[in-house]
Amino acid sequence: MALARKSSPHTHGPRSTQWLMQQVLIATVPGLIVLTSFFGIGTLLNILIASVTAIGCEAAVLKLRKRPLGFYLSDYSALVTAVLLGIALPPLVPWWLTVTGTAFAIIIAKHLYGGMGYNPFNPAMIGYVVLLISFPLQMSAWLAPGGLLVDGTPAMGPDFMSSLKIVFLGNPIDGFTAATPLDAFKHNSGLLVSQFYEQTPQFSQGQWAGFGWEWVNIAFLFGGVYLLARKVFTWHGPVGMLAGLSVMALFNYDGGSSTSNGSILFHLLSGATMFGAFFIVTDPVTSATSNRGRLIYGAMIGIIMFLIRSWGNYPEALAFAVLLMNFAAPFIDYYTPPRTYGHSKSGTIIHRSKED
Amino acid sequence: MRKTWDIHGGIHPAENKQQSLTGSLQAVPLPKTLVLPLSQHIGGPATPVVSIGDKVLKGQLIAAAKGFVSAPVHASSSGVISAIEERAVPHVSGMQAPCIVIETDGDDHWIEHSGTADYRKKTASELAAIIRDKGITGLGGAGFPTAVKLQPQQTIDTLLINATECEPYITADDQLMRQRSADILVGIDILAHILGDPERVLIGIEDNKPEAQEALANALANKPVTEHAPPIEVVEFPTKYPSGGEKQLIQILTGEEVPSGKLPADLGIVCQNIGTTHAIYRAVCHGEPLVSRVTTVTGKACSKPGNFEVLIGTPVAHLLEQAGFDEALCPQLIMGGPMMGFALPSTAVPIVKATNCLLATTAQESPAPPPAQACIRCGHCAEVCPANLLPQQLYWHAQSKNYERLEAHHLGDCIECGACSYVCPSSIPLVQYYRAAKGEIRLINEEKQQSDRARIRFERHQARIEQEEKDKAAKREARKLAAEAAKAKREADPKTGATDTTSVNTEKSTADLDIVQAAMARVAANKASPQDQRKRFERAIETTAARLAKAEKDLEALTKDDSAELNKEQLAQLDQHRASVEQARLRHQEAKNKLAALDAEQSSEQKTQPESPTDNAGEPTLDRAATAIARAQKNAAQLALMTPEQKLQKQRDSLEKRLSKAQTRLAQAESEGNEQLEAFAKAVSTLNEKIKATDRELATLTQATQPANKPAQQSEETR
Repeated sequence: MALARKSSPHTHGPRSTQWLMQQVLIATVPGLIVLTSFFGIGTLLNILIASVTAIGCEAAVLKLRKRPLGFYLSDYSALVTAVLLGIALPPLVPWWLTVTGTAFAIIIAKHLYGGMGYNPFNPAMIGYVVLLISFPLQMSAWLAPGGLLVDGTPAMGPDFMSSLKIVFLGNPIDGFTAATPLDAFKHNSGLLVSQFYEQTPQFSQGQWAGFGWEWVNIAFLFGGVYLLARKVFTWHGPVGMLAGLSVMALFNYDGGSSTSNGSILFHLLSGATMFGAFFIVTDPVTSATSNRGRLIYGAMIGIIMFLIRSWGNYPEALAFAVLLMNFAAPFIDYYTPPRTYGHSKSGTIIHRSKED
Repeated sequence: MRKTWDIHGGIHPAENKQQSLTGSLQAVPLPKTLVLPLSQHIGGPATPVVSIGDKVLKGQLIAAAKGFVSAPVHASSSGVISAIEERAVPHVSGMQAPCIVIETDGDDHWIEHSGTADYRKKTASELAAIIRDKGITGLGGAGFPTAVKLQPQQTIDTLLINATECEPYITADDQLMRQRSADILVGIDILAHILGDPERVLIGIEDNKPEAQEALANALANKPVTEHAPPIEVVEFPTKYPSGGEKQLIQILTGEEVPSGKLPADLGIVCQNIGTTHAIYRAVCHGEPLVSRVTTVTGKACSKPGNFEVLIGTPVAHLLEQAGFDEALCPQLIMGGPMMGFALPSTAVPIVKATNCLLATTAQESPAPPPAQACIRCGHCAEVCPANLLPQQLYWHAQSKNYERLEAHHLGDCIECGACSYVCPSSIPLVQYYRAAKGEIRLINEEKQQSDRARIRFERHQARIEQEEKDKAAKREARKLAAEAAKAKREADPKTGATDTTSVNTEKSTADLDIVQAAMARVAANKASPQDQRKRFERAIETTAARLAKAEKDLEALTKDDSAELNKEQLAQLDQHRASVEQARLRHQEAKNKLAALDAEQSSEQKTQPESPTDNAGEPTLDRAATAIARAQKNAAQLALMTPEQKLQKQRDSLEKRLSKAQTRLAQAESEGNEQLEAFAKAVSTLNEKIKATDRELATLTQATQPANKPAQQSEETR
């Protein structure tokens, strides 16, 4: 009788990498719904283009690397990258922009480093930064959220056909754009925060932190809480990031003077804060490994985000902050090993070189 | 209720325990053969004390423990020893190991045995000896000889009984507790007595065994109160794998962690499996050695799963048969639980002392894992690791064989519980990587130790040689100083210096002139009277005899002294000494001859010239003296005239003479079988070498000086 000889354990938990990736995709749904309701189908178009590109690039590279296509494509990792990049890009960017960014993310940022699990940098953020630096004009044109009253008339996004034309035929988008709350706040000069809020429609019509955007953030927070509940990741990364951002905001708010850098609530519910905290910071491959390390990693991203938002040249800073900390993740890992059972303290590994 | 602590991590795999708990403990029909491996425990394998053909009774010792950490093996049933040979044993590697095979006779006849219920009157060491002699090892799975743990140097304040049984499927301990709680409590009391009645005696049990807990509680309530005996407490805690690991249980029940590299006893804790306590009860109270145990047979490939009281050494196939095993359904058979058990190579292997479970699952029940994907560093493994390691970092370093980093990440503290592999979404066989890396590290450390030992040995050897060299140098220095002192003395007193034979080789050219002058002076002095001359000769004979004796003694001392180790220099010295002896002998002979000659002359003179015996007595000597002077002068002149070549030639001639002498001595020694043979042979070879060196020197000198020398010689001739 031939009995199989395998190493223990002989049983396996129900989770798989596919399942994890599916959960991430599912968790983006609330955020996508809110994004679409405020900014139209632009984000969905982004995701569609990015997904097709990502799967095409992934398949091509796998073929070049002589890897089994079905096995690797079914892990959904390329799709996750595409969806995250699609969400991060402004709605209705030209199709070639999305294609370029996605291709760069998959081919350069992922596969040139060894593929799934080996990339030191978050591929979606690499794709985003490449586009931001190369095509700043297109990348900074955000639509006005639907329903925002500008000079008494509600902003209307382009209809379906004109959206397609903007994306695929290069029709101008100019008539539909408006400054994001982060952008607007950055250009506040000389007004107290309260005055500025009153005079700026983005803020005067919003509840807490800018019309539309606050709900986008709340929706992504909702998705993130879902992932936390499914134990896809631990709380350390997201909480670290939100805490880092909040603490920086707390110390720099100065009660709302004309040189204020924005309140905690403003920072937490603006731009890509929640999306970043729960969908980018939590990318396990490129973050630190231990819980303590992830707390530090997240906190540093929050701090860097605040620094760039307040004093940098870009209104939003998630991608830069994440990439900078991707650099630092191995370094953090070095100094934050957990305390092993039976060892008195965690003891930084670097000093434990072999004796003699 | 007693406080319990939580361990880091842990998982909740499907328990699957109910299948094997439907009935009660079942007996197993006697198998035809029993295969008893000599090594069923951690430590030295037992040594057989029976031979093939011997009849043995159930419970008879068939292999004795070897060393402190070891356990004896007893016959599980009566029968005949049919073989002592290598058989397939249950081991991760699927290896073969020495086993004693018994053909059972069907009687199951016990050897005479008796126990005592009054164990509290026995001393701890007596009881520990019983436990050791009855072959009791940990029945939880690791198989560590129980007695070894029971005699710690440290004082023990806590006795923990491990009734956790946290692995899925396994219910052996559960069943035992349900049916034999009273016996178990006696076993625990014996342990407590051996350990000096520790303050706390805790039975740790998971909350998924309410029936067993109830049984224990009932038994505790009915337990007769013993004096001194500490109260036994059953402590329940939430079910979680791997709570049953010794280190984990200690953490759960006491909140303390066993420091890495230390033993529980260092914390004052002894931990024993609950099945072991039952075996201890049987051994002490009934005198029965460990010949059977409770084993769970379960899995969907078994139609009648359950718990069986099975004889140690029963072939696995025989036990599986009782459980309605269908091999067609079973792609792999596991000994132990699904988390830490190992796959058996065949059903021919025997049940051993540590076999708590046979798990025969179907392909649907435990499907083959999907191919491993890349690690996405999700960190789930770190979340569930009970040792709080970073499994994915360990995996990374294990892949790159970075053993230094693995050790820095405390790979050694991994208990191989398999929780990390269980949760890994990429289904990477992490534990397999760790096992391989641990093996490699063990190998490297062993090699390092070996090379360290070799290095130390070499260094000591070098130091010894250096010391010897130093000692020799010191001796040489001392000798040189002595020689210089002697020379200084000789120069201060030229008379004795003239006849000093030990320094023949030093400062020849000046000595040559000295000899001439001394000879002239001597002759002048000798002119005076033949009586004086005679006296002088006699004195010379005396001194040369003394010198000869001394030289011989020196030589003897030297050869005796260093006969074991003679290096080149010492050999040269030896030669010198021998030359001295020879010279001394010659001088002695010469002096004797001279005296004889003198006597003869005198007598002849007296005969031929009896009239004037006194007047011409000095004449011949005078003549001889004159000729001697002439000869000496000639010699000196010759020596002065000698070219370096000639000097060398002369030197060579003398060396050749010494060589021939040495050769004859060697031949003599050979024929006599002298023990100094080697030394002589060496002397010959050194002399040969010296001659060769001289030859070489001569050759170079001749070549170099030929043209220059000719005119010089001519000029000297014409002068």
